[in-house]
Amino acid sequence: MKSWIAFWNILMKDMRNYYLKPPNISWGLVFPVAWTLMFFLKSPTAVNVRELLPGVMSLSILFGTTSVLAVTITFERRSRSFERLLLAPLDLNFLMLAKTSGAILFGLFNAFVPVLFASFLTHLSGISWLPVLGAVFLISVTSTLLGLFIAVSVKEVFEAQTFSNFFRFPMIFLCGLFIPVQGLPLFLRPLSYILPLTYGADILKSSISQNGHLGLPVNFVILLGFAVGLFALTIRNVKRKWIY
Amino acid sequence: MNILEVDQLTKKYGDLTAVDRVSFSVHDGEIFGFLGPNGAGKTTTINLLTGLARATSGTARVSGFDCTGEIKKAQQIMGIVPDESNLYDDFDGFENLSFCAALYGMQKDEREKKAKDLLQQFGLAETGKKPFRAYSHGMKRKLTIAAGIIHDPKILFLDEPTTGIDVASARQIRQLIQNLNQKGTTIFLTTHYIEEAERLCKRIAFIVGGKIVRIGLLDELMREVQQENVVQLAFADGVSNLKPSIQENFPDVVVEVPGNQLIRLRSSRPLNLTPLMRFFEERNLPVYEARIMRPSLEEVFVKITGIELQKMKQEKEGKGKQ
Repeated sequence: MKSWIAFWNILMKDMRNYYLKPPNISWGLVFPVAWTLMFFLKSPTAVNVRELLPGVMSLSILFGTTSVLAVTITFERRSRSFERLLLAPLDLNFLMLAKTSGAILFGLFNAFVPVLFASFLTHLSGISWLPVLGAVFLISVTSTLLGLFIAVSVKEVFEAQTFSNFFRFPMIFLCGLFIPVQGLPLFLRPLSYILPLTYGADILKSSISQNGHLGLPVNFVILLGFAVGLFALTIRNVKRKWIY
Repeated sequence: MNILEVDQLTKKYGDLTAVDRVSFSVHDGEIFGFLGPNGAGKTTTINLLTGLARATSGTARVSGFDCTGEIKKAQQIMGIVPDESNLYDDFDGFENLSFCAALYGMQKDEREKKAKDLLQQFGLAETGKKPFRAYSHGMKRKLTIAAGIIHDPKILFLDEPTTGIDVASARQIRQLIQNLNQKGTTIFLTTHYIEEAERLCKRIAFIVGGKIVRIGLLDELMREVQQENVVQLAFADGVSNLKPSIQENFPDVVVEVPGNQLIRLRSSRPLNLTPLMRFFEERNLPVYEARIMRPSLEEVFVKITGIELQKMKQEKEGKGKQ
């Protein structure tokens, strides 16, 4: 119970201090809106909107979660307020779950901004929402953990941003968001399959536009494996780098 | 009974040994001073004891809990005030304290009551909704100390609590430390203000280059340098011309005239004041004050560590202002 009180208060603190701040709300809204407009307005037909929706949703989650988490944690590390959390009698796994939960919720929120826009442009009937929800959640988790991985690796806020982009921009092309993985040159495809977003986007494609190629069970199992693996890796890095 | 027991604690960063086989204990209810120059290993030791760093070898136990294997249990009973105030800039005092209490699992009613009480006790109640970033340096230190004790820890680690703050705030903080200790909290204090340690601490350890060079009760440490007896006499009239005459009449005594109306007499043996008083009375020079001069902890520190105190202060204060 005591740990859950701490969990809830860390989440609320992060929401208030970071995620619900006007610049971040605007980032959460403006960024998906910009992607949505960029793709949807160029492809106004109903079929194209549904084909583009999985990619735009994935992108909104990826950019929203990695940016906010990497920057906020780096900022707290710089101001040393993060030490306060490390000094609290909380299990490190639990603490990192509390720290990442805000970013995961932020990712969920970001994912549905493009859905809202798409609903004005096309019918969203026939979509399997349960797998969509599952995929959005797991993409948020893995992207957040990628943000945490970045935060552990850098010291300055600007480094976090630069390092994030090093991962994020290639992922736009490698993870099959807009260009199918099968359409990539053969030598690039292994890279696609070591990135979790590929599997999340494939679930969204299967559920929204019915053009996924790996199958839901395989995607979910691999994505879940990535989530657990990334969490274990980041905890190991936190112990190694932050508890000197 | 010891609340903290440290045995052969060592921390290495590559080739650098930041803390080198440090062993000491802190008694329940005392104020223990941990003194040393910049880079001596004070903060690293605190980090090792509080769970922010892992020891290369050696052990430390807080209230019986191992600081490595059972650190989360140990953290429940320790409060930590780092050398920099590290609360949340956007939160006001009440919100900061409530949040820190929540980290220890305190229920809402309990933590809000405690936060209000502490703000009152620390003279910060009037800050109202002012965010932490708008606090003065002294107010920030006070709130950071309040945050460190919100969960009523058994032992409080205070890392340079008064560095870089104004005299009045420093005095208030020292008083708060004494009050906390009187209520039963054990204090582990690092400071570069030797006079602060002298005023507050019962026992002191000197650490230099990662090693503890001396540890003991304040009185014991003082006695080590108290090898001579010093008496200072104060007069209403000028006495500077009396030096040769005193020296001639009292050949075993070293005479110093630090001011026109002051005479300082040093002797390796206990000074008999009666002939001295008679000497001045015969010359119609009434003595207004006779004070036995004791060595300061500063002298003890310089003698034991060989470090110039002024230089150490300048280094630290420069760092504190950054």
